[in-house]
Amino acid sequence: MSRLGWGLALLVICWPLLVATEFKPWTLFDAASRKSSWAFIKSFFPPVVNSEFMLLVLRETWRTVAIATAGITLGLLIAIPLTLLSTRVLSVSALSGRMATLPFVFRQILRIVLIMLRSVPELVWALIFVRVVGLGPTAGVIAIALTYGGMLGKVYAEILESGESHASASLLRNGATRMQTFFYGLLPQNAAELTSYTVYRWECAIRSSVVLGFVGAGGLGQQMDNSMKMFNGGEVATMLLVFIALVALADAISAWLRRELG
Amino acid sequence: MKVSAQRLSARHPAADRGAPAALRELTLQINAGEQIAVIGASGAGKTTLLHAIACALKPSAGNLSLDGTDPWKMSRGKLQQTRGRLYLAPQVPPLPPRQRVVTSLIAGRLPAMSFLRSLRSLLYPVDITAAYEALERFDLSEKLFERVDRLSGGERQRVGLARALLSPASLWLIDEPLSALDPSRSEMAIKTLTDEARTRGVTLVATLHQVDTALKNFERIIGLQNGLLEFDLPSSAVTPELLRALYHKHPEELLGPAPGADPALDGLDARAAAPVVMHCR
Repeated sequence: MSRLGWGLALLVICWPLLVATEFKPWTLFDAASRKSSWAFIKSFFPPVVNSEFMLLVLRETWRTVAIATAGITLGLLIAIPLTLLSTRVLSVSALSGRMATLPFVFRQILRIVLIMLRSVPELVWALIFVRVVGLGPTAGVIAIALTYGGMLGKVYAEILESGESHASASLLRNGATRMQTFFYGLLPQNAAELTSYTVYRWECAIRSSVVLGFVGAGGLGQQMDNSMKMFNGGEVATMLLVFIALVALADAISAWLRRELG
Repeated sequence: MKVSAQRLSARHPAADRGAPAALRELTLQINAGEQIAVIGASGAGKTTLLHAIACALKPSAGNLSLDGTDPWKMSRGKLQQTRGRLYLAPQVPPLPPRQRVVTSLIAGRLPAMSFLRSLRSLLYPVDITAAYEALERFDLSEKLFERVDRLSGGERQRVGLARALLSPASLWLIDEPLSALDPSRSEMAIKTLTDEARTRGVTLVATLHQVDTALKNFERIIGLQNGLLEFDLPSSAVTPELLRALYHKHPEELLGPAPGADPALDGLDARAAAPVVMHCR
């Protein structure tokens, strides 16, 4: 009885959500939709594989990897200093009870900066920077750097704080400076997890740099957008296949790296 | 280093407000170069006493002075410098599992090293000889380049003690140095610590569960019970009656082996651990 009651209650609660999202799956299967989907999918075959186009795809793929890697590297330049300044395990005053007020406020402000950086999606940053620096990979690199800098900084701080703090607290308590404590206590304790997370994020950055291409930030995404606007299904199909292969490759590399480090 | 405590009380930061302080109204004088063993049943306040002297715990009442000055009246930078002249060895050796033993040992010397020198030491250890000699005193020199997580519990504890020999401190506060060692190693470890402290003129305060070891190796014994000073006597004046009174609630600890170390209860690392990181954005 109660199960039925809960089920009904859930339905009543969810109904407005379904209406708001115009959830009508059956429109997928009506005659007009069937016809246009079929036409779109049919245009994917055969994929374009002539050597000139493949060379272009290869170059753009490489550019996508480059955008992701450069973006992550710049992001690290933002993330690492902010992490070191904002993590509470490196607080000297928190050693003996509560953290002093001024350092606490300072750390909170840095945290808010990190949260603000990462809460703006990289797509929005890309749209902004495409207007500032023009079409091309630069906008993509800056967009990834800003969002991923905030993301990495916040998660790094969380990793450092959730790890075992005995070694680092002992060093601080015996008079080592914060930076010495970081290199001799915190880093050896958490290095594997930090690296593994960074590699995982690099993999995410590759995927997201493809999306950034759609707003004109260069790379494979921009080419895919061009071909789609030209209704050139064959080219889109080739690039989708290359993209799937790229993501699978990045996935494999990052899994291998994390296994080696773990 | 000279230590003096006046009606010193201290409580653990995570303790209930209503609970009595772990250490109450303790008055104590320690002269430079003295060697003292602190004994008492579990929960008597031995570790709290070490933490209070090490400036790891701010006294809740009373005051502490190190070489004539109150460390808690110093600026934060000065206080951190003062901490560099103390060496507190926690019961559970604070060694990151992936670090090499030689690096863990040199970490004891950090307060005396510049930042650049300590960075260089990560690439190539700066003072391998000193680390080797310290380790040799604890009969462990063949493990110098081993990773910490390849060592047994007893070996780790000895590495933790060897670190004291590298520190620039003039006061060693050693918490339960023998909790993971067998009797013959214990004998050697305590001999090494007391001998080294004597030749360097370092003041040594150690908490011990092994009462006979304490009486044999230390000239002055402090007995704590329920956070109160029970006695402070030369070891020759400590009688079996005094010991029975000190351990009357836990007579088994006077005879039996020391209870194992519990990292959760050790030190002040009860800072609430943050929740596990969610690997989402």
